[in-house]
Amino acid sequence: MWKEAVDSFVYETLGIGGRAAEALDFFIYDTVKIFLLLALIIFAVTFLRSFFPTEIVREYLSRRHPLFGHISAALFGIITPFCSCSAIPLFLGFLQARIPLGVTFSYLVSAPMNNEIAIAMLFALFGWKVTLLYIGFGLLVAIVSGLIIGRLNLEDEVLIKVEPVEGELPKCEMIISLGERLIEAWRYTVDILHKVWLYVVAGIAVGAFIHGYVPTDLIVSVAGNDAWYAVPVATILGVPMYSNAAGVMPLVEVLTQKGMLMGTALSFMMAVTALSLPEAMILKKILSTKLITIFFSTVAMGIILIGYIFNGVLG
Amino acid sequence: MTIEILGTGCAKCRALEENVKQAVAKSGKFAQIKKVDDITEIMKYGVMSTPGLVIDSKVVSVGKVPSVDDIVKLIS
Repeated sequence: MWKEAVDSFVYETLGIGGRAAEALDFFIYDTVKIFLLLALIIFAVTFLRSFFPTEIVREYLSRRHPLFGHISAALFGIITPFCSCSAIPLFLGFLQARIPLGVTFSYLVSAPMNNEIAIAMLFALFGWKVTLLYIGFGLLVAIVSGLIIGRLNLEDEVLIKVEPVEGELPKCEMIISLGERLIEAWRYTVDILHKVWLYVVAGIAVGAFIHGYVPTDLIVSVAGNDAWYAVPVATILGVPMYSNAAGVMPLVEVLTQKGMLMGTALSFMMAVTALSLPEAMILKKILSTKLITIFFSTVAMGIILIGYIFNGVLG
Repeated sequence: MTIEILGTGCAKCRALEENVKQAVAKSGKFAQIKKVDDITEIMKYGVMSTPGLVIDSKVVSVGKVPSVDDIVKLIS
C-alpha cells in the first residue's frame, strides 16, 4: 500500500522516470518505513525492558545452575539495556554475585548484539524471518562462546578483584509507575532517534544510489561470490563499524538484493554489533589483554562459522 | 542531606551531576553533593547501570539521567 503510494508520487505526480526515479522511489519508501518501525520497536523494547533492570537479572542468574545460566544470560541480553559505558560495573557486578565468568560472557556477547536499534533495523529492512535468524544465531554464538570461555579457567585474567557478596545481594529497589515507564520509554526513543537519524538517512541514501545506479554484476563480483574468504573478510570489516550499525544496515539490505549472500551479510551485521572496539578499550581497564583477545577471537570464530553454515545451507 | 552520583565518568554521569546541582539550587535545600567514581564503591550499592543517583544512602535511580524537576521531587 505504502509502496504504491510512493510509486504513484514519484512516477505520476513528479513525472520522472529512469534511474533517478528508481533511486528516489527507493529512498522515500525506505526512509519513511524505517523511521516508523524504528520509533515503534525502540519504544516497545524500552517500555518492556523497564521491567527487567540489570540488578534483577543478576539476582535471578546468581541462583541458577551454570548451564541453564548460559542460556538465560543470553536470553536476558535481548531484553536488558546495554551501553558499553556500563560494561565495567556490569561485569564486576555479575562476578560479585558469584555468577561464573563464562555465564557473564554469554551475557556480554548477547547484550550488544541484540540491541534494540539492530533489531528494529533488521525487522524494518529484512522482515521477521531474517530478524529471528539473526537473534537465534546470535544467542547460539553467545551461549557457546560463554561455555568455551568458562572452560578455560581464566578467572585470574580479571584485573580487579571484587569481593563476592556473602548472603543477600545489595538491593536497589525502586517503584516506578506505569505512566513513568511510558514517559521514560518515549524520552529514550526520541533520544535514540535523535542520535541515529543522520546515519540512517545517509545509509539509505547511499543504498538508494547503489539501488538505482550500480549494476548488479559489479556487486556480485565483489561481495556475492562464494569465495572462501567472503565471510571472514565481511566479519573483519564489521569490527570498526560499531557506532554506525544504524547506517550500515540499509547498505547491507541493498547489497543482499543485488546478490550478496545472506550468510555473508549476517556475519557482517553480527560483527558490527558484537565485536566493538570501543567496548574492548573500556574492558581493557578490568580485563587482561589475553582475556580480551580470547573473548574477541572466540566470538569472531562463531560469527564466521555461522556465515559459512548459512551460505552452505541456503547457497 | 547527602546526594551521591555514581558513575565512572561517562557523558551521562556528567549530565546527571549538572542536573543535580540545578535541582539542589532550585529546591533551596541544603545538600552535600558527592561524586563516587571508584568502581568498588559503586558496586557496594548494587548498581550496575551507571549513572546511579543515591540520596541519603538510598538508590533512587539507575541507568538514566532524571530531569531537574524529577530530582527536585526526589529530594523534597
